[in-house]
Amino acid sequence: MTENVPALEVIGLRKEYRVRGAGSTTAVASSGSALLGHPSKRRAPTSLVAVDDVSFTVAQGRSLAVVGESGSGKTTVARMIVGLERPTGGQVVVGGRQRSWNQMGSRERRRRAREVQIVFQDPYSSLDPRMTIRACLDEVLRLHFDWPSERIDARIEELLDQVGLDRRQADGLPRSLSGGQRQRVAIARALASEPRVLICDEAVASLDVSIQAQVLNLLSDIREATGVSYLFISHDLAVVRQVSDDIVVMRRGQMVESGPTEQILTQPGDPYTQRLLAAIPRPGWHPTSSHDSGPEQTPSTESS
Amino acid sequence: MSVLDLEHLAVDLPVEGRLRRVIHDVTLSIAQGEAVGVVGESGAGKSMTSRAVLRLLPHGATVEGEVRFEGRSVMAMDRTALRDYRLSDVAMIFQDPRAHINPVRTVGDFLVEALVERGDAKADALRVVTALLGVVGISDPQRRVKQYPHELSGGMLQRVMIASALAIEPKLLLADEPTTALDVTTQSDVMVSLDTQRRERGLAMLFVTHDLELAAAVCDRIAVMYAGFLVEDIPASQLHRGVQHPYTAGLLASRPSPTVRERRLFAIAGRPLSAYEVGDGCGFASRCAFANDRCRSERPALRVVGASRVACHRSEELSGQLSSHNIREATHD
Repeated sequence: MTENVPALEVIGLRKEYRVRGAGSTTAVASSGSALLGHPSKRRAPTSLVAVDDVSFTVAQGRSLAVVGESGSGKTTVARMIVGLERPTGGQVVVGGRQRSWNQMGSRERRRRAREVQIVFQDPYSSLDPRMTIRACLDEVLRLHFDWPSERIDARIEELLDQVGLDRRQADGLPRSLSGGQRQRVAIARALASEPRVLICDEAVASLDVSIQAQVLNLLSDIREATGVSYLFISHDLAVVRQVSDDIVVMRRGQMVESGPTEQILTQPGDPYTQRLLAAIPRPGWHPTSSHDSGPEQTPSTESS
Repeated sequence: MSVLDLEHLAVDLPVEGRLRRVIHDVTLSIAQGEAVGVVGESGAGKSMTSRAVLRLLPHGATVEGEVRFEGRSVMAMDRTALRDYRLSDVAMIFQDPRAHINPVRTVGDFLVEALVERGDAKADALRVVTALLGVVGISDPQRRVKQYPHELSGGMLQRVMIASALAIEPKLLLADEPTTALDVTTQSDVMVSLDTQRRERGLAMLFVTHDLELAAAVCDRIAVMYAGFLVEDIPASQLHRGVQHPYTAGLLASRPSPTVRERRLFAIAGRPLSAYEVGDGCGFASRCAFANDRCRSERPALRVVGASRVACHRSEELSGQLSSHNIREATHD
């Protein structure tokens, strides 16, 4: 594939969920009310649009951030790109090849895994607690590459080096590692299949500030060394400024603004982006009320 | 006179049958109407400090030193005195309101609980708390008191928690990461309510957070904790002019800025230690770029330097070298 083919292209992506009686506050289940002979109270299934017409392009070796608050749909976008959710509409094109959501064999699934990998937010639930770090990397490499053992071992050393883990840590179980170290393992595991695109879904959000800085520096070193493209899913505009070239701002499933990071964060055009920026505590900051308190949003589980 | 005094507070918790230190040494006072931010990374002991104020520690915990509320020892209170203290003098706002508000009772039931317990008539109590919901920025409070927690968003529920804390008219508010689970715009809204009400009522507050800038925005002083030690107590206005402890300086420098992109972020080496992991010397010595032999062998006491208190052997020598700019420059070479 040529250099000109974008690493990742998302075109008109859409996701609808069927939900029962959204917005209603009565606590009667629809099946129950039908049995009790109140068909009028039965709630018709409606659809909730989680992602609505989202399009963006990530060039090879570039870094794009999708930012927004909980319920904005940013994590759903990431999950559709990886293939964990099936889009209701639109296309995902990786390295010039359109992804399909039809049944596929394991060979095809492995090929796709070499295109896009993801690092999740919580490093405590994303690693197998009974597998040493070395075994975890070994498994991924054997799955993807038909290499002799020496080459696999050499690659494991290389990956450990790249994310700054030593041999003692490599031979330990995840429980002997701190949150920051586990996130390094998750990054090494994602890089093992040599993906074109690495998605970081709030990958530094749960880390302490001092560790967050280490991991952000690590991610920029890795991009320099490997030329991998990044898709950052984040609520944190300060983190995003540090790691992305371009930004897509999402709100309630829709894109409200997109462009070069520097431009969007220096001169945000959309009032929502302005509010997001203004709400970040910084030297001399005071909390202000943003009130556009529209209708109460349904409480959702925290995004990502 | 101070509302709260912590004097050489030290706490051990039982872990697998043995006591493990979680707080080494915290000496801190909060005056009437004063807000103090307790800031640090995970394992620093900040939440445990706020729980010690309520004497709400896990079973089997041992406490050394003293916690005094208006001069009275909280540790020496009998059951009745402790109950009255928790019911009337001090109120806690927790990080996750959904985990601390009964999901099967209405918001109104939750809010009047403490007042009814104290002897108020339920109808009177309901009037008081309904008014309070309006005060903390909840629209249509009459309807909200009849709703259940699952019908309110996280931001609203945290305001409900703030209203419940204000309802008992305490003298001291304890807030443990009250906005950490919220979106930034919601955080800003909730902080406005909390800050305004605290100031209007002249309440003292112990505000626990990992966010230095958030603490600086709503507190008079910042108390920085590391590995169970209070390492620096600094006026919030001085945070960007003259921090005295290398750890505070490192925390400030490693947070990315929303307005400037750094060529490379400053990062404190290593990971935050837990209190039980530190040796004889300064708890921060293993990660400190300025540590010398004395730092590694002799534990620095908290002492007054200018308007601050700081636990660092070298704070005078280092004065002027700890600005974020200098710290970052030093790492680029």
